[in-house]
Amino acid sequence: MRISRIYQKDEVVDLGPVDLSLIEPLITKYKGKKGNMIPLLQGTQDIYGYLPRTAFEKIAADAGLNLSDMFGVATFYAQFRLKPVGKHIIKVCHGTACHVQNAKEITEALEEALKVKDGETTEDRFYTLESVACLGCCSLAPVMMIADTAYGKLTGNEATKIVKNIRIMESN
Amino acid sequence: MTKTTVTVGLGSCGIAAGAGKTYEKIKAMLDKEKMDFDLRKTSCIGMCYREPLVEIKDETGTYLYGDVSEDRAIEVIEKHINQKDPIRDYIVYTDLFDAPENNFITSQVKIVLRNCGYIDPESISDYESREGYKAMSKIASEKIAPEVVIQTVLDSGIRGRGGGGFPTGMKWKFANASKSAEKYIICNADEGDPGAFMDRSVLEGDPHSVLEGMIIAAYAIQANQGVIYCRAEYPLAIKRLNIALQQAREKSFLGKNICGIEGFNFDIYIKEGAGAFVCGEETALIASVEGERGMPRKRPPFPAVSGLYKKPTNINNVETFANIPWIIINGAAAYAAYGTEKSKGTKVFALAGKVRHSGLVEVPMGMTIREVIFRLGGGIKLDKKFKAVQLGGPSGGCIPEYLADTIVDYDSVNATGAIMGSGGMVVMDETTCMVDVAKFFLDFTRKESCGKCTFCRMGTMRMLEILERITNGLGVEGDIEKLEELAYQIKDNSLCGLGQTAPNPVLTTIKYFRDEYEAHIFHKKCPAKVCRPLLTYTVDPEKCTGCLVCLKNCPAKAITGERKKPHFIDQALCTKCGVCYTKCKFASIVLS
Repeated sequence: MRISRIYQKDEVVDLGPVDLSLIEPLITKYKGKKGNMIPLLQGTQDIYGYLPRTAFEKIAADAGLNLSDMFGVATFYAQFRLKPVGKHIIKVCHGTACHVQNAKEITEALEEALKVKDGETTEDRFYTLESVACLGCCSLAPVMMIADTAYGKLTGNEATKIVKNIRIMESN
Repeated sequence: MTKTTVTVGLGSCGIAAGAGKTYEKIKAMLDKEKMDFDLRKTSCIGMCYREPLVEIKDETGTYLYGDVSEDRAIEVIEKHINQKDPIRDYIVYTDLFDAPENNFITSQVKIVLRNCGYIDPESISDYESREGYKAMSKIASEKIAPEVVIQTVLDSGIRGRGGGGFPTGMKWKFANASKSAEKYIICNADEGDPGAFMDRSVLEGDPHSVLEGMIIAAYAIQANQGVIYCRAEYPLAIKRLNIALQQAREKSFLGKNICGIEGFNFDIYIKEGAGAFVCGEETALIASVEGERGMPRKRPPFPAVSGLYKKPTNINNVETFANIPWIIINGAAAYAAYGTEKSKGTKVFALAGKVRHSGLVEVPMGMTIREVIFRLGGGIKLDKKFKAVQLGGPSGGCIPEYLADTIVDYDSVNATGAIMGSGGMVVMDETTCMVDVAKFFLDFTRKESCGKCTFCRMGTMRMLEILERITNGLGVEGDIEKLEELAYQIKDNSLCGLGQTAPNPVLTTIKYFRDEYEAHIFHKKCPAKVCRPLLTYTVDPEKCTGCLVCLKNCPAKAITGERKKPHFIDQALCTKCGVCYTKCKFASIVLS
């Protein structure tokens, strides 16, 4: 249930220059340590929400890692993103329990309501819709999670309503 | 007189069900009205289907309230605490009288989950009050030699709970035999199976038991460094583990000369996984801890000889470690008293799917699947017909209803073609299409295949294509045979467990539900009415009120009709998207 992590040129969104000084403490902390590549990338993603190309280059140069190794690791694991995401990520669970209880309906309803496909970000960069393998709340299936809050026992309509309400609440 | 305590279950699923708000509400009442009770937190009690759960313990006994929403919390506290009048209707379990869920609790044997739901996971003294760290103290005070610890674990008969089922004592013995100044203990908490959440509950509910298990293992094999490889998707588990680690260090259960044992130095750190199912495989996990792509490598050498950073390494699963302190305190014989001849002890299952009581259950090995689903699980939701149960996640298989009297132990489950796996048990009813389930799992393994072995990388892709064709109504004669052939080739030619077991869901569904495959291929029908391209949508003129909703929503403009007159679906235009079916408020769209 991974989203496409392949770098697509035509979809590059320019969000202005990336402030690379933010990752300097991170590099100092992990530089030269064994097995530091994944924590470095995780830390970078925590700061920017994704892995900007310029950050890759800086880490490679400053921490002495290979750019190709880093890209290999970043594209291997589902957690890493190479594209910027919306303000909120909607994670729709497609684990076994959710699948047999019609998780597809939730994704389809949200795709229709947000006018995006699975894995994409809305035009206003507010939501990114994503499918994940299992959120571990199987007893509440079907489940979706937005900003660490899980919503359970959903129907397509309810999911749409929750998503709309969050947008309204935050625009006020 | 003991003081009344009110305990709120704050595990991940409790919080998802609103337990956080319930806790805040009760706390506000306690602060405002100066009531006389202790408010405490605990983690998952296992009864996920009744969350949020609140337990009240007073001088008369223990009462567990279910479905305690914010409003209900006020009512419960008001009546029970202030008026000393327990609300019988909301009580789901008590030791005093017959409550609806008594069976759920009393049918279980709790060894791994001995503290889950009883202690505050963020308090080391709570853990110590329930024999916590007693096993480690016992080893220190009685000067039990590492070899004796290993022998005890061997005698208990415990087998790896991560799914492999390899005897834990043997693993320790091998790691102990490897000579090296540096050795590692790794706890595999990369619970990637969709539909399994046992490890998460243990880590959230009783992190110290896992730490103590790791410390004992470190003592047994003389390791000096421990790593917990935990999924990043479990933030609460990571937070509580960090608290537990800090507390254990303060009390010198981690660090130098642990428990006064001269020269026993050991510490643990947490490594967050980055989301790759294959990292549950031990050599892939090691590669990931080292910061590489998580790809498995050839064995031997086994990790016990050359593992993390090429040093001897012992890897066990969360549940295995949580068993260890209990075994040391109570003895191998007490543990081996539970279970069957070749599978000892208990197993935790995550019950989910179309079962009434989804949640976490721990049962002795040897219970039948039917008992687990019907006695503990309360049967099938909406009284539908029980069809199959999926055991072992993407590596496992589906066991049909007529084999439900199979007992749960490693060998009996393996004989059906499924595997015990880590303990996910997803129940399916008559509305689940088995071909669709097989497709679902294969889609998962196809995406999660690391790509190293061609048979796994390409084979799963080809199998998925065939399954997609079948569910789209384009299946042809010979597809089933082709699936089987590919399945055996993938099993034979893959390096690691992921590839070797990936075809299991397809093989078991073909074995037990061949008729469903044939219905899809030859009759172009989906008996469970799941695969949309094989369905026909028609309007029931008796029920249709002519409200125009389906007509307006139909993206293909296949529906015609006038207001207040039955509508009609043009089959030539219908794209079978199902919008009319979900939008109709009068259930007048018929699937066939």
